[in-house]
Amino acid sequence: MTGALETALRGGRGAGRKLLVPYVTGGLDGAWLDVVRAVADAGADAVEIGIPFSDPVMDGPVIQLASERALERAATPSSIFTSLREGDIGVPLAVMTYYNICFHMGHERFADSLREAGVAAAILPDLPLEEVGPWAEVADRVGIETVMLAAPTAPDDRLPRVCERARGFVYAVGLLGVTGERDELASSATVIASRLKAVTGKPVLVGVGISTPRQAVEACEVADGVVVGSALVRRLLDGEGPTGAAKLVESFRSALDAG
Amino acid sequence: MALTDPTPEGRFGDFGGRFIPETLVPACQQLEHAFREAWADRAFRNELDDLLRDYAGRPSPLTECRRLSAELGVRLLLKREDLNHTGSHKINNVLGQALLAKRMRKTRLVAETGAGQHGVATATAAALLGMDCAVYMGEVDMHRQELNVFRMRLLGSEVRSAVTGSRTLKDAINEAMRDWVATVESTHYCLGSVMGPHPYPWMVRTLHEVLGREAREQCAALLAKDGGDGVPDVVTACVGGGSNAIGIFSGFADTRAELVGVEPAGGAAVGRGVPGVVHGSKSYLLQDEWGQVQEAQSISAGLDYPGVGPEHSYLSAIGRARYEAVDDREVIDAFALLSRTEGIIPALEPAHALAWIVRDRASLAGKTVLLNLSGRGDKDVAQMMDLLG
Repeated sequence: MTGALETALRGGRGAGRKLLVPYVTGGLDGAWLDVVRAVADAGADAVEIGIPFSDPVMDGPVIQLASERALERAATPSSIFTSLREGDIGVPLAVMTYYNICFHMGHERFADSLREAGVAAAILPDLPLEEVGPWAEVADRVGIETVMLAAPTAPDDRLPRVCERARGFVYAVGLLGVTGERDELASSATVIASRLKAVTGKPVLVGVGISTPRQAVEACEVADGVVVGSALVRRLLDGEGPTGAAKLVESFRSALDAG
Repeated sequence: MALTDPTPEGRFGDFGGRFIPETLVPACQQLEHAFREAWADRAFRNELDDLLRDYAGRPSPLTECRRLSAELGVRLLLKREDLNHTGSHKINNVLGQALLAKRMRKTRLVAETGAGQHGVATATAAALLGMDCAVYMGEVDMHRQELNVFRMRLLGSEVRSAVTGSRTLKDAINEAMRDWVATVESTHYCLGSVMGPHPYPWMVRTLHEVLGREAREQCAALLAKDGGDGVPDVVTACVGGGSNAIGIFSGFADTRAELVGVEPAGGAAVGRGVPGVVHGSKSYLLQDEWGQVQEAQSISAGLDYPGVGPEHSYLSAIGRARYEAVDDREVIDAFALLSRTEGIIPALEPAHALAWIVRDRASLAGKTVLLNLSGRGDKDVAQMMDLLG
């Protein structure tokens, strides 16, 4: 059965939209839930919620700092789930965190907590194909979509297996490196997107290094959509709040809609 | 083979595995393949053996401590890894990995370091083989191990400070992994302990088995004179990630010798941790109720780590090794004791293992104990001068 996230993304794609998924660090400040609502209202197709982890090895300085701040404010998976349950966001949600948060809580409890919080999907960037089995089995049963990452380093025979296991969408890692803003869109972004589009009908979204509306448009010449993380979180760290977040997401939305 | 090999998935029992970003999976697979191939290649093994002998100074001696043995009532033997080039056991692993990196046509090494010993060893190998090298080191550690920072720079390596989290070894590993994610095509991550994603725990152990093999033969020769079985009653070593301990344990795992790893009280992952996943593998880990990794607290930068190599978790779980913890005060006393009684200034890391022997000397009375003296204390002298005056 296709989950809520994949259904929404396929629906958006079917309607001719390019897909936009902003990332917000859960518990970052007192207004983070308002930020999630604001970006949803500003045209996001889904929102990615980061559950902060002490050792985020796939993240660059901006999201590292946001994670540290959220942890200093005593954000926990439980406090974030509680907020989301009451959040009434209006678009599908995916949490992004590291596997130890899920492993420590226990697969069953983590999956149940996500479902109860109204979260559709989970992204665990340190849980590759070879290790995802035990979690994915529980997630499938509970109805949580497990988004898989696909990297430029993957040989051709690996990509179909990654896509096969992916639920919700396939997260195309746009470049060799950690999350963060870059001046130019890496050429690897459209290459990995087109390699993925050739082997899957699932939505393919490019993330890592999508910093500007222009880069998003460029990536979407091939991809179905983009994930925007550090560019948004940097503004939140600068105190721009829900208004600034909405403004940024609107600028991505209108650029993508204009093509 | 005295210790068992991991499963094809890199598991030692429930521990180990390959929990890494998708970007790095092909690199770890290639590394595993390349290492298996190199290890089966006589020419590669000869080249490494030659370097270990002619450059690193192997074999390292076995020293019987006469005055300290008399004082403790324990027959104490030291495997002298402190006498290797660069001053610790780390060179065994690094020469192997650097040769392998060359064979894989990588031009650059990246490494993490705590006390600086692994960083100095990696910088040394990079200089020897003409490779670029960047070493990540926690900001806190850069202050307490200034001399090693200078050494690495002198050897031509770049030293980059890790300024997040606890600003120690854990954070240096995070930064090294982030570097590797971005540079994986040209760069080999020269990981310094028996931790990280498969194949590292197994590969690094394999490269340190040389010290266990030597110690086994040396003990046999020394102890056979007494008519026994040539095996010490107890084999002990300090454990942070646990590479020197695995090296010495590997020589005695199939004997009657009791294996004892000694952790710092403030970083006792086996002693106080629960299973968790960080830095690529599942192992005992100090963490809070939500799975956030806790910061370790130790006088020794080399052991200041909240996790432990997965094979140690396995050896503990199956009861083949046991793990003790000592506090900073006991370590400082042991550091001074070995210096005063034997004329050997140990690194703070192996001083942990000695501290355990001193504390448990009553139960060890009359036994023969082999301690892996994994490094020398030159790097710690300035820090101890501040503490001891």
